[in-house]
Amino acid sequence: MEPAAESRIADSENRMHALTDKLQVSAGKNDSPRVQGGNERCGSQVDIEAVSYLYRPPSGREVLALDNVSLQVRPREFIALLGPSGCGKSTLLYLIGGFLPTVHGTIRIDGKPVAGPGPDRGVVFQHFALFPWKTVRDNVLYGLEKLCVPRKEREDRAQAFIDLVGLSGFENSYPSQLSGGMKQRTAIARTLAIDPEILLMDEPFGALDAQTRGLMQSELLRIWQKSPKTVIFVTHDVQEAVYLAERVVVMSARPGRVKAVVDTSSFDHSEPHIFRSKPFVEKVDEIWDLVRTEVLEAQKVRVP
Amino acid sequence: MRKAVVRYLPLVLLALLWEALSRTGVVSTLALPPLSGVLAAWFRLLKTGDLWANGAASLYRAAAGLALAIVLGGALGIAMAWWRPVNLLLSPFVEIFYPVPKSALIPVTALWLGFGDGSKILLIFLGCMIPVTLAAFNGARGTDQALVWSARSMGASRLRTLWDVVVPSALPELLNGIRTALALSFVLLVSSELIVARSGLGYIIGFLGAGGVYDAMFAVILTVAFLGFVADRIYQLVMRKVLRWQE
Repeated sequence: MEPAAESRIADSENRMHALTDKLQVSAGKNDSPRVQGGNERCGSQVDIEAVSYLYRPPSGREVLALDNVSLQVRPREFIALLGPSGCGKSTLLYLIGGFLPTVHGTIRIDGKPVAGPGPDRGVVFQHFALFPWKTVRDNVLYGLEKLCVPRKEREDRAQAFIDLVGLSGFENSYPSQLSGGMKQRTAIARTLAIDPEILLMDEPFGALDAQTRGLMQSELLRIWQKSPKTVIFVTHDVQEAVYLAERVVVMSARPGRVKAVVDTSSFDHSEPHIFRSKPFVEKVDEIWDLVRTEVLEAQKVRVP
Repeated sequence: MRKAVVRYLPLVLLALLWEALSRTGVVSTLALPPLSGVLAAWFRLLKTGDLWANGAASLYRAAAGLALAIVLGGALGIAMAWWRPVNLLLSPFVEIFYPVPKSALIPVTALWLGFGDGSKILLIFLGCMIPVTLAAFNGARGTDQALVWSARSMGASRLRTLWDVVVPSALPELLNGIRTALALSFVLLVSSELIVARSGLGYIIGFLGAGGVYDAMFAVILTVAFLGFVADRIYQLVMRKVLRWQE
């Protein structure tokens, strides 16, 4: 990342606080009964009950990708789904998103079974999934158009979120002209702009270089702390999971099951030297031990 | 400008060689009238209005056939990629029709629609539809699943996604298919006019050739070549403009 871009991002972080507050008001979120704080976070917003998923490849035998997975996610909780590749964590996310049909078991959002994709669940994909024929601005505007937000308001909102992710000046760029980090910023701005209740993130920083990833992680955490949403974050990176999430769901190798749910909310995530702090390192070690056996298991499956 | 001059220099050399071969008698002027004579004939055709009238008739046929092929072929290809039943129903026809040399249909379209514009438009439409359909189909099939999901999760309906995501995803390939169709339309135009027509550039090529007016015949052939070249250049410019997001 160039120094200029970095200072722009730092700058955007400073502006973020004011912005997110303003945006929440403009979105009418202050009318909602969701109050800041921890007490009313009882009950679950996403209720996954005994979900199994059979994956039918175009040729060959069908594979059990998820086996009897149950999980409750509370409102405004940041939860990470962690596991080796192929453990079905992305599949679970797609089921919650309504992209794949839930045949075995049920997934309820606010008590209602998932019937398909919808703007209540915003998605950020690993490979950004930006419309390559649209500029940064038009990408961010897309969801707002679908929601029939009045023109003036949607333009203001789009600009505010472009500013929020530090892409001011790149509004008219096409995705092909952006770096990986900038593309993912655009994708995040696009998803946040429609103000979904739930944010589904599928290894969103997996395709980025280490420096950009670190920067994006802290930005995401900052955005979430300022304007908490329910986040379900898929990753195979233990550190990332412990750093971002309040609870880490460790999944087993194929077929995917919930192996353990580890609470990671006990330390201060915004501490600057968190990666070297003892509680953090211990938590990472604890979870690594859980994951390690699964990674070995996953590799055994691959090499017959 | 200078780049263009350098680029087309080989053509200038060919023109000079043509003139020289014909003038010095190395090649008989019956087989190859000198280029200067061809150009003179071209101006004559222009002045009598023959070139205008026949050129307009030809361009109308090509444009109409091609436009139909683009609209219907594009819609068909995308529908085949999007709805499985449509694909199952239509792909056998596409597969059977694909290898048929479309010029073999010239007598058929003449039988159905006579010697006028209709038979040429139908032939060009049928011939050009296949490359457009296949390109649209392949382009639409290559649509990134995540883009469709992305649009759906932002509130777009399934049908809306077709227009918002699948069509633009198919566009690069579709536009290349249309370029193939554009070239094909000239082939089918001239060959059908040569065989069954009472007007058009292909018709006067045949007419002038049969009458032994070779310099004028070459003039019309060069006109067709030039029109094809210009059409392709313009098309490429438009295509680059439409796909400017690709870089």
